Amino acid sequence: MIRVENITKRFGDYAALHGIDLEIQPGEFIALLGPSGSGKTTLLRIIAGLEFQDEGHVYFDGEDVSDIPVGKRNVGFVFQQYALFKHMTVADNVAFGLNVRKARHRPSKAEIKARAEDLLRIVQLEGLGARYPGQLSGGQRQRVALARALAIEPSLLLLDEPFGALDAKVRKDLRRWLRDLHKQMGLTSIFVTHDQEEALELADRVVVMDHGRIDQIGTPEEVYMKPATAFVSHFVGETNRFPDGRHVRPHDLDIVSEGGEAIAVDNVFRKGAVWRVEGRLAGNDTIVELDLSSDRQPPAIGETVFIAARRSLTFAS
Amino acid sequence: MTSIASRKYRWRTPSVLPGFGLTFGFSLAWLSLIVLIPLSTLFLKSAGMGWHAFLEVGFSPRALAAYRLSFGTAAAAALVNAVFGLLVAWVLVRYRFPGKGVVGALVDLPFALPTAVAGIALTALYAPSGWVGQYLDPLGIKVAFTATGITVALVFIGLPFVVRSVEPVLADLGKDVEEASATLGANRFQTFFRVIFPAILPALFTGAAMAFARGVGEYGSVIFISGNMPGKTEIAPLLIVTQLEQYAYDGATAIAMVMMLISFAVLFALNALQSARRRRLGA
Repeated sequence: MIRVENITKRFGDYAALHGIDLEIQPGEFIALLGPSGSGKTTLLRIIAGLEFQDEGHVYFDGEDVSDIPVGKRNVGFVFQQYALFKHMTVADNVAFGLNVRKARHRPSKAEIKARAEDLLRIVQLEGLGARYPGQLSGGQRQRVALARALAIEPSLLLLDEPFGALDAKVRKDLRRWLRDLHKQMGLTSIFVTHDQEEALELADRVVVMDHGRIDQIGTPEEVYMKPATAFVSHFVGETNRFPDGRHVRPHDLDIVSEGGEAIAVDNVFRKGAVWRVEGRLAGNDTIVELDLSSDRQPPAIGETVFIAARRSLTFAS
Repeated sequence: MTSIASRKYRWRTPSVLPGFGLTFGFSLAWLSLIVLIPLSTLFLKSAGMGWHAFLEVGFSPRALAAYRLSFGTAAAAALVNAVFGLLVAWVLVRYRFPGKGVVGALVDLPFALPTAVAGIALTALYAPSGWVGQYLDPLGIKVAFTATGITVALVFIGLPFVVRSVEPVLADLGKDVEEASATLGANRFQTFFRVIFPAILPALFTGAAMAFARGVGEYGSVIFISGNMPGKTEIAPLLIVTQLEQYAYDGATAIAMVMMLISFAVLFALNALQSARRRRLGA
């Protein structure tokens, strides 16, 4: 179990993290979700030992690792830009963590070679061990980085924006593949992302962060359906904010024949399986987005229609 | 039967970058004007003197000793510069300290200083009665008027090449690569020797090669500190000048020719090594 207790970190005058508490169960897949500057990467780096907290403690299985350097924490870390060693072959990259071990803990050359080959098979790069990172695609490089991190048999896997540098299609494939891999290996993992879709799709629990604080910890379902703060409601999924303070998801709004509020329709377009209607509230120009089931007749642009919320949330400010 | 057109050698592959013909033409013309034509006159001149005379002057014992000295000291100086230039570059890139700008400017000074000034200053320092020499002399270490002195002068001349080639590469090397090495359990030495050093090695190589090339041709700073004893501390460029002063143009040309061929062979080999490495890494 990983426990983070009252972590505070300042960079000069800027407080990056304020009193963070977090508990992670063995085998969990956790997303740290937040906008840039929310402190999510700093928290990840503190857990890894790449950064040191000003206050608070990090415990791995009850042991305080706060003063243990990164190389002794036995964590696998996957960097956003892969951070591969360009002058080494893929196989040497993967074997690096084993090759740098002290002689008495180091497996034999043959064992290391076999381990590297195994890992390359797991990340579906079999037969590419002799290549150099410069000869691989972005998605392949990311998988090499992952194999390299897994080679040291880490007790915890940390991933910093693991899909950030990849294009949409590769990102999606890699995401599904990583989820399966996590299920297979059962390794406790934490990844940082600013992409709520990624967090909701992959994580067992999502930790939503803003301005160095945790706003909410919960399952994807909880975070989406019962956001704890206005920030979470706004950041996780789409939300309309009405002038009276209500937060309503686009799919919780409906066009009704009478009653409700009037909006002037600015735009209507097909958004995958639904119609997306964009409009402005009559009188105060608040922009409203709503999703309309595909079998309904969408309103015309310029028309004024009435909308009603099936479900809404309000937050204490 | 394959069509003739498809088997025709292609001078260049089509590219979206415009102006290949123009820029290539200009580069060739420029290189010819600046490098090739002067060198080819050297070639022509020495071709006119006949094999026998060429070999006799170009490979006389005095000339051979001069080549050995010139290439030997230049290589030694390049090696010293590789080590200490890397250290200077490391300090300049990785740390912030007061006076960093001054140190950065100092590094370039050997480029700007008239080499004769450097030679005289070094001689004054290292002569048996000089500031440094007076302490070395009782220890039996002679610097001025020996090959060691020549090496010292060449180290001075070559330092900026190594520092300035390594610096940008070192600065460009991502912090994340070192962090990755640390997360994988490597200690600082392993991180340096297995991760950082191989990454900057090509730049270090280039810098050392340039320092070497510069050292081979260096004249101004060396003649003051070397003592210029024929067969002992007489460098090849000085031998050429000596020949010229005696109106022995053929001898000067022959020695210059031999020097040029050796230098070209060495630099060509170094370049080939580098590009082979680049190809291997797929970059």
